[in-house]
Amino acid sequence: MLPAAFDYRAPASLTEALAILKQHGDEAKVMAGGQSLIPLLKLRFSRPELVVDIARIPDLNTIKREDADGHFAIGALARHVDIENSKELATAAPMLAEAAHWIADPLVRNRGTLVGSICHADPAGDWGSVVLAFGADIVATSQSGQRVIHAQDFFQGPFTTALNPDEIVTEVRIPVAKGHAGGAVQVELDGGKIAKVGIGLTAVGDRNIKAADAERHLHGKEPTDAVIAEAARLAAETAEPKDDARGSAAYKKDVVRVFVQRGLKTAVGRAREAR
Amino acid sequence: MKVTIKVNGVERTGDVEPRVLLVDFLRSNLRLTGTHNGCDTSSCGVCTVLVDGEPVKSCTALAVQLEGRSITTVEGLAQGATLSAVQAGFHEEHGLQCGFCTPGMMLTGTALLERNPNPTEDEIRWAISGNICRCTGYMNIVKAIQHAAKVRAEAAAAKPGVPATVGAGGGE
Repeated sequence: MLPAAFDYRAPASLTEALAILKQHGDEAKVMAGGQSLIPLLKLRFSRPELVVDIARIPDLNTIKREDADGHFAIGALARHVDIENSKELATAAPMLAEAAHWIADPLVRNRGTLVGSICHADPAGDWGSVVLAFGADIVATSQSGQRVIHAQDFFQGPFTTALNPDEIVTEVRIPVAKGHAGGAVQVELDGGKIAKVGIGLTAVGDRNIKAADAERHLHGKEPTDAVIAEAARLAAETAEPKDDARGSAAYKKDVVRVFVQRGLKTAVGRAREAR
Repeated sequence: MKVTIKVNGVERTGDVEPRVLLVDFLRSNLRLTGTHNGCDTSSCGVCTVLVDGEPVKSCTALAVQLEGRSITTVEGLAQGATLSAVQAGFHEEHGLQCGFCTPGMMLTGTALLERNPNPTEDEIRWAISGNICRCTGYMNIVKAIQHAAKVRAEAAAAKPGVPATVGAGGGE
């Protein structure tokens, strides 16, 4: 398959890339590894006039711990494989490394990026739920400066985000908890009670969904089996799946209930071990 | 636009539209047809090439993205008439039936052994999980990569510092 014709620029600096986007706006599409964009171009679902390849911009491929407030900054060019192999992330935020392990296949992971994936905003994409569960901040940079978009405000619909056409997501900030995560579930405990919890749902709606009712139910409570079961039930209610060839809506809701229950148990177990 | 890529150790320059995929640049512009084009949707892995030693799917890369990078295709594995250890492994263990997936399997196997010279069976199966064999010949593909790991280890023990290669049909 041959994409429709487009112009191509590979700026050597972020300043140059932002100037190109300012000039071309909606007609330009940003590409990092291309593992989401190139398939869209080939199917001609996307027909931009200009592709702006940011892969040659230095220093965007970093994964670094910011000691000031204890978050990890995942740069726009950090690939799935970099996250999968990061020893620091494996201990500090194991959900990231575990999720990376299941993104596409090893060859795609050698080129695709977390930031590219969330900007693509496929409701069946796993990274969307992971950043929702972490309550991550998404840093959008344009010529006017930087703005921080909370993950829950970022995903607006299928393949639609809160980004403006002149913005590039330069990093995602993952808050690192004292306790750790499982599945797309993140839990922090304080005195045996849940101090902080995030649950993200994948492929059961027109975007990645934050299971806010379940999170509210858990907050401040001791995570007993009954509390976890009720939270899982609430998460299933929040899901908005459709009947399709992969299964009925009722079946998918029940899968959400089971997976959230398992994820919460894993996350609570890890949070207890970490204390 | 002009693109210069090092392919199998030789700098190759072409004049391509930005929309030209790496697989088409290799097959049509450079006439290196060992890189196959299969599903064309980054699922099957028959288009696998190594970019700076890492396996990627050349149907989901633009040639212009690879400007200045170093690529290995299946044509770059043998040294003259001497098969690489992985190629010899596929020969010895009957690691192919129709052969369509074989270039990609061999390149993924080569990259795995560079990174992890003594992989477990599970590690081999995980590494090739982005490469599909429609003949379902996975048992022998795994054996072929294990054979290559053994040959490489023996060669490294015999001649430290010398890359592992064996003669075509070696072991007969």
